[in-house]
Amino acid sequence: MIEWTGAIVQGVLLGGLYALFAAGLSLIFGVMRLVNIAHGDLIILAAYMGLTTTVMLGVHPFLALLIVMPLMAGLGYALQRGVLNQTLGDDILPPLLVTFGLSVIIQNALLEFYTADPRKLPGGAVETASLDLGGITVGVLPLLTFGIAVAVIAGLQFVFYRTSLGRGFRAVSDNQDIAQLMGLNKAHVFGLAMALALAVVAIAGILLGMRTSFDPAIGGGRLIFGFEAVIIGGLGNLWGTLAGGVILGVAQTLGAKIDPGYQILAGHIAFLIVLAVRPNGLFPRVEH
Amino acid sequence: MPEATLTLSNLDAHYGDFQALYGLDLELAAGEVVAVIGANGAGKTTLMRSISGLLRNRPDAVRYRGQPIGAMRADQVAALGIALVPEGRQLFPSLSVEENLMIGGKVGRAGPWDLGKVYELFPILEERKAQASTSLSGGQQQMVAIGRALMANPDLILFDEISLGLAPVVIRQIYQALPSIVGEGMTAMIVEQDIAQALAMSSRVFCLMEGRIALEGRTEDVTHDQITAAYFGVEA
Repeated sequence: MIEWTGAIVQGVLLGGLYALFAAGLSLIFGVMRLVNIAHGDLIILAAYMGLTTTVMLGVHPFLALLIVMPLMAGLGYALQRGVLNQTLGDDILPPLLVTFGLSVIIQNALLEFYTADPRKLPGGAVETASLDLGGITVGVLPLLTFGIAVAVIAGLQFVFYRTSLGRGFRAVSDNQDIAQLMGLNKAHVFGLAMALALAVVAIAGILLGMRTSFDPAIGGGRLIFGFEAVIIGGLGNLWGTLAGGVILGVAQTLGAKIDPGYQILAGHIAFLIVLAVRPNGLFPRVEH
Repeated sequence: MPEATLTLSNLDAHYGDFQALYGLDLELAAGEVVAVIGANGAGKTTLMRSISGLLRNRPDAVRYRGQPIGAMRADQVAALGIALVPEGRQLFPSLSVEENLMIGGKVGRAGPWDLGKVYELFPILEERKAQASTSLSGGQQQMVAIGRALMANPDLILFDEISLGLAPVVIRQIYQALPSIVGEGMTAMIVEQDIAQALAMSSRVFCLMEGRIALEGRTEDVTHDQITAAYFGVEA
């Protein structure tokens, strides 16, 4: 019994990482109805940027965040203003195609610079440290990851509902033309939304890189996990995204408990069940 | 005549292949209130969209205080001091009443209008400030839309069909509030289908028909027959 409880706890903590994958996706879809196929590759790009920073400066990956986050945010703003804004319109296909192309470009560029060898961020003692919670051993890093995920989502929630920037995001999401009449330049607002999303991607990438080894090809898988967490939780609901990540994580660890080969499959099955029973997700945003 | 606040010169507007406005010429003096009337499809809303930057044009087709603004984006036009109360209110459903008003002040222009003054004009909005904007009645939503435009402290305010879909008693209430708005020295353009209300508020009237100005004159000079002829395109 304790083993199963342990698996559930591990799944919940893994869900925190998936929620971080999903938060950026959810944010940009919510603000500009853009489905970013390159999202997973951007997470891996952030992990590699973290690797370069830790190696070059000899700092801990958490400190590398101080450099990677602004870099990714800047990249997000430039990408949105320079490329993605041009693809947005009534047709949903152009942004899908362009971000798919971007995904291919990022993967190949990473392959060129870093080769296909699996790499890992050196987390030091935090990687192996663990706590004993009533007979269940919990890794400090997964616990930290979950705590960061909760903090990030609480922070995004605060930005969205308590700040002028968040009002701008919601207004542009509601009606782009009328928001423009209020003096909001939607191109700039979209750029800020992508910058914020990629700042979160930077956190997700660094935590992923400390938890597991990565190579340029694994972005697609992270994108799927992020998508699944968003859909399970319900589109446009950030706390729902955390719940979606947790459900996906628990399904995966329980699947792995039954048979290690079932880990990924169990997550997909949980996703399909939710999609079949509640197509809008478990906690869809309630429109006023 | 005082300095022109708004000058339209040979303004055309197109939606794809469809031409909605044909060579409009029009001038608004500072502090003037004009009415734009016309049947459905005459081009009134297109005119509002062209002035406010939602439809882009040649730079010199629209001039604001002499500055060519025809090719500017709507947010740039708003920053210069032109605000639009759009047809159908078009409040932001994800924002509360107060947030809708606050986003109107986003352009950051200095002036007399702030939350307190909007609540003074429409006290009911203060009572409902935390509610979702879409939970209000049509009339209260129109008050939010007007308040939202005022929060930008505009010098030129465009009202597009403010009485559309509202009960007569509410329309009266809204029109009673207008003099205290335009009395602040604002220049205003009122687009209306309710001709009597629009004429009562304005000093000049323009009647649009099929994208052209069919009638233009001082409110006290134009006759009922002239308006009927211009509005319906028939000889009265």
